[in-house]
Amino acid sequence: MALGAAWARAWVVYGAQAIADNRAELVGLDRDIGDGDHGENLDRGFSAVLPKVEELAADASPADVLKTVATTLISTVGGASGPLLGTAYLKASGAVAGKDELDGAALVDLLAAARDGIVLRGKAEPGDKTMVDAWTPAVDAARAAAEAGEPEAAVLEAAATAAAGGAAATEPLVARKGRASYLGERAVGHRDPGAQSSALLLRAAADAAAQ
Amino acid sequence: MSDDVATDAGAASDRRVGIVVVSHSARIAEGVIELAEQMAPSTRLVAAGGTADGGVGTDFDRVSAALVSADEGAGVVVLCDLGSAVLTADTALDLLDEEHRERVRIADAPIVEGAVAAAVESESGSALDSVLRAAESASGTSSDPTPRADTASGDGGGPLGRTRQGRSESSEPSPGRLSTTTVLVNRAGLHARPAAEFVKLAATFDARVTVNGVDARSLLRIMALGLTEGSEVEITAEGPEASAALTGLVGLVDSGMGETSPS
Repeated sequence: MALGAAWARAWVVYGAQAIADNRAELVGLDRDIGDGDHGENLDRGFSAVLPKVEELAADASPADVLKTVATTLISTVGGASGPLLGTAYLKASGAVAGKDELDGAALVDLLAAARDGIVLRGKAEPGDKTMVDAWTPAVDAARAAAEAGEPEAAVLEAAATAAAGGAAATEPLVARKGRASYLGERAVGHRDPGAQSSALLLRAAADAAAQ
Repeated sequence: MSDDVATDAGAASDRRVGIVVVSHSARIAEGVIELAEQMAPSTRLVAAGGTADGGVGTDFDRVSAALVSADEGAGVVVLCDLGSAVLTADTALDLLDEEHRERVRIADAPIVEGAVAAAVESESGSALDSVLRAAESASGTSSDPTPRADTASGDGGGPLGRTRQGRSESSEPSPGRLSTTTVLVNRAGLHARPAAEFVKLAATFDARVTVNGVDARSLLRIMALGLTEGSEVEITAEGPEASAALTGLVGLVDSGMGETSPS
């Protein structure tokens, strides 16, 4: 069953909940190799997103929902994740503009555009120990699932599982972008907080589709 | 006056290039502006530091507003500190209306040195691309295209606050190049404000001017000479207005560059 605005709204609610539930863990990860504000910043951002999405007209499209997430995150998240995730949601919105129903191929377009937005903004590559390391395997897995003819929920489930694996795989890496890049070898053994929060958001997308 | 100042090749204009300083800290942004302002009182300098609730971080709305308010029509050069300040500035730039966006440049430059160099360049009426270049060439003295012996070790540190005796590299004197040596009278040496006066005056002549072998358009390289009271100052000038430049600049140095010496 193709996914519509109800899914996009549910993704926002599940995503905000996941960030709130894992705030302390994200703060801890960021304290290890960054400046410790990632959990706070994202929680503040998504807390601001919820009422904005509720205010949207009843007939708002998935693209409208994603664009609201984008502009709110950009304005309210003080750290790098605001512009990065904001750009991701903005590009995702553009990729599904004019569509009320998203099939597997459209979901792949959405995820790929989001990932490309993060790459464009942050200029990070896979293996740099950033959120790109969660998004890239997610896009690849989603594409494989969609091309295999899997239903929409399974496409997002594949993305969520791959993102979690990608986030875990950042642990042995030396960071080449962001605040953790100042730490050199000392970042090894720590999971990237941005990859972890992206994995949580992609898990929320799958859970929203499975409900 | 041309309406097309942003693309004007560089003659002095009433509208100056604005400077925006984006920092995670409101106090850093304001402090950099305070420093630059001293040397560029007529240039629009806007601080965009900290989050809306007074915390450490960058605020998209604050940065967006600064990009617009700094623009007199001649464009804006943006200086940023750590990574996410650049990301916020980039994002703000992407979402700016087209008219403003096309005359905003984000400098790849150290925030303090870049802002000061850009402000001084703007103060002398230069166009957007020259101001950007001034900021981006402010990365230190080690990239000086005519390296001096005392910087040849290539240290990448900041050029400010050093006390070094500059050395004149008198290469082959070329015909048409005029040179005069005078002595610095300023008690505090050639620090930022008088150096800025020198750079601004030098920029008004159609001549290539050097100070002790250093390009007179580069405030930071002049400051990095570390000239103290009593230091010899060798000024050379080459070009159509070489003679006038030399007379004017030597006069400026001998006058103390606006500083009275109570000694």
